[in-house]
Amino acid sequence: MSAIEQMYQQVIMDHAREAHGRGLVDLGLSAVGESHQVNTTCGDEVRLRVALDGDTVKSISWEGQGCSISQASISMLTELVEGEDLEMAGETIEAFKALMQAKGAGIDEQREDMLGDATAFVGVGKYPARIKCALLGWMALKDAIIQAQKGAPA
Amino acid sequence: MPLLPDLRPDFPLLARTVRNGKPLVYLDSAATAQKPHSVLNAEADLYQFHNGAVQRGAHLLAEEATDLYESARASVAEFVGALPDEIVWTENATHAINLVANGMANASVGIGGTDSARFRVGPGDEIVVTQTEHHANLIPWQMLAAKTGATLKWIAVDDEGRMILDDLESVVTERCKVLAFTHASNVTGIISRVDVLVARAKQVGALTVLDACQSVPHLPVNVKALDVDFLVMSAHKMLGPTGIGALYGRKELLDALPPSQFGGSTVKVVTMETTTWLDSPLRFEAGSQPVAQAIGMGAAVRYLSELGMDAVAAHDRELAAMLRQGVADVPGVRLLGPVDDGAASDMLAIAAVVVDGVHTHDVGQVLDDSGIAVRVGHHCNQPLHRHFGIAGSTRASSHVYTRPEDIDAFLAALQDVRAFFGVAA
Repeated sequence: MSAIEQMYQQVIMDHAREAHGRGLVDLGLSAVGESHQVNTTCGDEVRLRVALDGDTVKSISWEGQGCSISQASISMLTELVEGEDLEMAGETIEAFKALMQAKGAGIDEQREDMLGDATAFVGVGKYPARIKCALLGWMALKDAIIQAQKGAPA
Repeated sequence: MPLLPDLRPDFPLLARTVRNGKPLVYLDSAATAQKPHSVLNAEADLYQFHNGAVQRGAHLLAEEATDLYESARASVAEFVGALPDEIVWTENATHAINLVANGMANASVGIGGTDSARFRVGPGDEIVVTQTEHHANLIPWQMLAAKTGATLKWIAVDDEGRMILDDLESVVTERCKVLAFTHASNVTGIISRVDVLVARAKQVGALTVLDACQSVPHLPVNVKALDVDFLVMSAHKMLGPTGIGALYGRKELLDALPPSQFGGSTVKVVTMETTTWLDSPLRFEAGSQPVAQAIGMGAAVRYLSELGMDAVAAHDRELAAMLRQGVADVPGVRLLGPVDDGAASDMLAIAAVVVDGVHTHDVGQVLDDSGIAVRVGHHCNQPLHRHFGIAGSTRASSHVYTRPEDIDAFLAALQDVRAFFGVAA
């Protein structure tokens, strides 16, 4: 597999074409956080909303536009993190960041298992200019969770 | 029209290979140009043989360095038809525009006294730009308006990205104090009607500031013929080093404009309360200067002058037609701006495109895999992209070393992009 084929793996292309979680939803929960992130180099943006139910990430929804890497990445994080507890969500975010910093070499098996299909993004790590694309949604997720926790009942 | 001879041997970087050992097809010169040996050698020569503090030392090296530095200023001045004292070294073109806008802001609060009164703007005054400006020629004017209470207006562009000049008299009015506009768009490559805009500015007594970053590398430019008050240029787009640009200003204007960066080597008399400035250009050149870069910029304009700017412009015209017509013929690809029919003479060899169904970053990535370097994104021009209804585009641009086979390689790779992403042909 060439480097570019490794970056644009089929699972990434599939998620880019049919992204999960697109379209902001309102579940009427009180602990809701939202984050707007922009990739300044290309103007891509995402507005991502998280609703918490106790310690559980009850819902992730988003709207935005961007390249196939950013769109597929947001789609996969929606699938991965929705329904997880906050601790697992935090670990998944950190695992994905580590994958991006691995320069294409991959990470330990335990964290790769945690990321599932999202390990397909390993090839992006070889292209420093594109890491920001892959991280755009994850930065929004991290921020939105913080915002949601502020709104959560004590 | 004839192309220039093959100049690639003059540019050492162009001999390298890129991804997968592929030869480099460099089509990102509108972002930054590659450098000929003569520019690289000019910088190295200073450091190896002549380096000393310019305009400060009493020793031989300081004299030699000062001579090289001021000779470079004279070369840049001659290149655009100005006097050496009308050329101010800046860090880049952005700095040059900020220097004018911030100088006007300082004049507006009384700095520079009566000499600088002509630069004052305030409530009721208007600052006019255009909808096709690079952010660097928009934001400084937004900020000047914010600081002074003046109103920012702009000349709109049509569906093809051309400035709408029919109602120019209603946009540029007697209230206009400064009209800032680009000589050539960094997105569409359209060359502006400088004559029409300058004539209107003169009618209403407004200052003119011309962003010549894209034009000066490719066209003969003469500040007196264009009759502009200020003009900015960027060395790294004209085969010169990074970290250096230049501001041209009419001498009597530069001698009256207050500086906005303050420090050593810019002053006549300093007391504990007040300071008086040297005449231009020194009043604007506070602190130690980018000497090697200035000397490199001098070498760059000498290189271009030896090619002859008429020949450079003819080369650019030829490639512009090839590039724009070629792109227009690729299915599923939208060209921003008018298609060049080969007869129009108001376009630079810049083509920004949108591939249906494929994001600009993804387009650029596939081209990069074929060794083709282009710019992706909004090219520091969000308002124009928004006007076209898109967030970004993929831009190919040429320079004196660009060959027809570079354009062919770009067009061939562009054909394959949609197939790679599985978008129906």
